[in-house]
Amino acid sequence: MPNEQDIYEDHVLDHYEDPYHRGDLETATHMDEGKNPLCGDVIQISLRLAPDGTIQEAWFDGEGCVISQASASMLTEKIEGKTVEEAKAFTANEMLDLFGPQLTPNRQKCCLLSWRVMQSALHSPIDDGADDDAGPSFGGPSLSEES
Amino acid sequence: MQADTTPTDTTQSAANHTLDPDQLRGDFPILQRTTASGAPLAFLDNAASAQRPQSVIDAISDCYQRYYANVHRGIHTLSEESTAAYESARETTRKFIAAASRAEVVFAAGTTAAINTVARSWGGQHLGKDDVVLLTIAEHHANIVPWHQLSQRTGCRVEFLPLRDDFTIDTAVVAEKLESLRPKLFSFMSASNVLGTNFPVAQWTAMAHDAGAAVLVDAAQGAPHQAIDVQKWGADFVVFSGHKACGPTGIGVLYGKEALLDAMPPFLGGGGMIDRVTTTGFTSAAPPEKFEAGTPPITEAIGLAAAMDYLQAVGLDKIEQHEHRLCSVADAALRDIEGVEILGPTADKKGGIVSFTMAGIHAHDIAQWLDTRGIAVRAGHHCAMPLHESLGKTASARASFYLYNTLEEVDRFVEAVQEARQKFARGNRQRRRRTSQQ
Repeated sequence: MPNEQDIYEDHVLDHYEDPYHRGDLETATHMDEGKNPLCGDVIQISLRLAPDGTIQEAWFDGEGCVISQASASMLTEKIEGKTVEEAKAFTANEMLDLFGPQLTPNRQKCCLLSWRVMQSALHSPIDDGADDDAGPSFGGPSLSEES
Repeated sequence: MQADTTPTDTTQSAANHTLDPDQLRGDFPILQRTTASGAPLAFLDNAASAQRPQSVIDAISDCYQRYYANVHRGIHTLSEESTAAYESARETTRKFIAAASRAEVVFAAGTTAAINTVARSWGGQHLGKDDVVLLTIAEHHANIVPWHQLSQRTGCRVEFLPLRDDFTIDTAVVAEKLESLRPKLFSFMSASNVLGTNFPVAQWTAMAHDAGAAVLVDAAQGAPHQAIDVQKWGADFVVFSGHKACGPTGIGVLYGKEALLDAMPPFLGGGGMIDRVTTTGFTSAAPPEKFEAGTPPITEAIGLAAAMDYLQAVGLDKIEQHEHRLCSVADAALRDIEGVEILGPTADKKGGIVSFTMAGIHAHDIAQWLDTRGIAVRAGHHCAMPLHESLGKTASARASFYLYNTLEEVDRFVEAVQEARQKFARGNRQRRRRTSQQ
């Protein structure tokens, strides 16, 4: 039987209260923002990609519930140093595993918000010269359609 | 064929003026269960949907087991019995709201369906380009979106009455807007599902009529919690849902003055709503059948009547007082917790609903934490996004009380909110540093 108290285990609350790379990244090359309109959770992800395709820095900003904010902190910490290809290959299930505590389907949306925004940020260069690998189009569903 | 609807405590508590929720709880099987965390259930999400007493469950099951058939169309025993039970449910409903005749009592799928019926039928007929529909900013989406849709079709305008700083709506502003906007329809909730406020229905209705506006009262949060008399209210339309009043889902009531329903075009077309159909057209049946196309919600109506019998046997005045008492205790205790902001007026102006936010804690985290303590509350915008936006909030948590809730549950609720504050208060937590950090 799932004990919902475990959602707020120390690991999660630590990330909520002392997040990794929360704030603006002035040197960002890629950025996107998304929200979960049902909750009002908002997450912005800013990335600085090196010419060799590694994610040199990953930052987030936003507001919302513990799960949405703590998971964004965990994600930015996780993908920094990875290549774009590795980040694209990072699946939703891996994101849920990274978060840790089991979530009901409703709360999984909170956890996956930052993951979705990160995936679309990889395809969203801030200016055209920054990265021409991905192109401007992201074929996935928009976040608002998901909720 | 009706199941016994006598609440277990009436003989005891009829003598005094309060109800005994501990005795009533025995009538509601679901209240015996525990939640996922193992804690006993304290169900404080009644404004979203209430629970059902055994008598309602039995009435539905009795129909399916003994006499169910389609109504109004079969010449056989079961259809006759089902039709009698369905029409008896309409009569129970008529008495419950004190309507003048059966023609004024239309069964709809719920509040939403009832408002959509009025918008499509009466609205399509009466609200043309630049005509105004006046709403309050507190309305839930069921009383906003159908008017936006109508606006898209006919060019009518939707206007909103604002809230004062104390979360009430100034009757002087109502008068002023009725005068300056000259709305053709004033559609408002009798009680707010977020703020908990009870609005002065009869007074506003009389003012609107004086200004030439028709009136729709959304009693979704009213009819389950207080005795209502549609003739005293004087409104042209009154709508509510069964499931918030201990009844089944999928059924609600559209009350309309007979002359209005008579003159309105039907909304949904199909069997049951016709007088005659030919290859070139049709003529409508008279109300209420005119607005009940297709096979109606038969067992749902029978279940709703059982719920109304139950509520009346307990006593709606007692229910109202009981909820108000619980709300007053909860409201006062929450206001004492640091960081809590109540979305709503003081308890003397509300029924049985208290909504709140906590500084630095998202409403979903409050609700999730309360669930670990067995307490069910609603978190989110409660289908009232314009209201939350006007208050500068994205979400709030809401406790809503009903006849079976106890003071002990209120204490548990308040204690759990205090715990949440401690749990999520920002202290000196530190994330474990990444070992591979440069």
